[in-house]
Amino acid sequence: MSEGKSARVLVVTSGKGGVGKTTSTAAMGAALAHLGEKVVVVDFDVGLRNLDLVLGAERRVVFDLINVINGVAKLQQALIRDKRLENLYLLPASQTRDKDALSEEGVAKVIAELRTKFDWIVCDSPAGIERGATLAMRHADAAIIVTNPEVSSVRDSDRIIGLLDSKTERAERGECVDKHLLITRYHPWRAARGEMLSIEDVLEILSIPLLGIIPESEEVLRASNVGSPVTVNAALSAPARAYFDATRRLKGEQIPMQIPNESRGIFNKLFGRKAA
Amino acid sequence: MSSFICQRQSLTFRARSYMAFAFAPQPPIEDWLADLDATLERSRGFFAGHPVVLDLSSARLSPPAAAQLVSELEARNIRVLGIEGVEAIAGEAKLPPLLRGGRGAQDIELPEPAAAAAPGPTLKKSEPASLMIDSPVRSGQSVVFIDGDVTILGSVGSGAEIIAGGSIHIYGTLRGLAMAGAAGNPRARIFCHRFEGELLAIGSHYKTADEIEDSLRRGPTQAWLDGNTLKISAMN
Repeated sequence: MSEGKSARVLVVTSGKGGVGKTTSTAAMGAALAHLGEKVVVVDFDVGLRNLDLVLGAERRVVFDLINVINGVAKLQQALIRDKRLENLYLLPASQTRDKDALSEEGVAKVIAELRTKFDWIVCDSPAGIERGATLAMRHADAAIIVTNPEVSSVRDSDRIIGLLDSKTERAERGECVDKHLLITRYHPWRAARGEMLSIEDVLEILSIPLLGIIPESEEVLRASNVGSPVTVNAALSAPARAYFDATRRLKGEQIPMQIPNESRGIFNKLFGRKAA
Repeated sequence: MSSFICQRQSLTFRARSYMAFAFAPQPPIEDWLADLDATLERSRGFFAGHPVVLDLSSARLSPPAAAQLVSELEARNIRVLGIEGVEAIAGEAKLPPLLRGGRGAQDIELPEPAAAAAPGPTLKKSEPASLMIDSPVRSGQSVVFIDGDVTILGSVGSGAEIIAGGSIHIYGTLRGLAMAGAAGNPRARIFCHRFEGELLAIGSHYKTADEIEDSLRRGPTQAWLDGNTLKISAMN
């Protein structure tokens, strides 16, 4: 399928819950697939799976990651192909089990097999720093650290970066996991009023390269509710464009970073249009 | 009267759990002791005064051999609090008690002095004890170096901790906690390029962020001990 290419294992992680890991996994997995890559998104949130809902695949789940690990099903039986993007697959988590059902060897075997079939393996990490999260990051070549511009999220991300530098296979081999910072739920006007950490503050604290800034938008919520990644459901919306830019940067393209407009900019645009 | 007696009889003992280092020697024990010596050479005093539990599940020692191992550790200033990983040790009253039901905690990373990485053969004795860390110290990470000074080139995250026997130098921002003079050196100091920390301590004297003047925040700061008072001032 994709022989000759080297597969990349990407973990989407954050430490804190509710910052947008699953949304970002779906959006960027879909964006990668849209750009011609063969992608599987793997839900590691055993017991609290959500990725199937966000991708609108919840009614087609038969087998899951735990079934594959336990040898109940073959990988091919558990993979669900997206209806909109033929390059995008989902490996769902089990909802009835918990994270203890993930075995280290089992995860290693599944990831090794996925590497032979896909260009990108995007692992959606559960919140926390326990078993599910450490196994999701275990085999990663690269990590996307999803952070909201507020202090608790930033400190949790700092903690996760420390774990990426010590608990992953790469770290144990003395290599480094490529780390990318994705700032989500960014409110330009709130940042301008000093109600949230500025991009500079977040970068200064975490000191890892910035992959993208996703503005807070109703489009993201709307997309989740209809079971479609925002990059598919509203591909021209501001968050979708930001996700596409971040995805291109992840692929190595040079795309200038845009900090979402400040409130004045937006108003000026609106007024300008009304006046015309 | 009888109720008084009743109360006396219902004396309760509370169970408590503590964190301890778990040593799991691998056979051959001589080699394991040699590895331990090498580790101790790099971070002397790291285990001194800390509780240590001996996990004998993989060593499978006879009672006299276990007693010998315990005395070898004592000779290295490591006191064994208890033994785990074996069913029973018969006939050795001198051995520490058996422990059961231990739960694993996260691995403890020993501080690696920069000198340990460089294969310099002759530097051994004359080298001043200092530890240099050229990466940020992240939230939840802990750097413990009882032997001397610690220098951090990056920042120390909120919820991270630096504990040094000597002074602490931080060239980035200190957002976590720093404890200098942890082995009792009253002349130890803490220097940081930018202070946003949670706690500063020298020896047993400490101040939390709440007790530190706001005017010092975000500036270059040092802390030292003046008699029994912890002093903190801006460095300009």
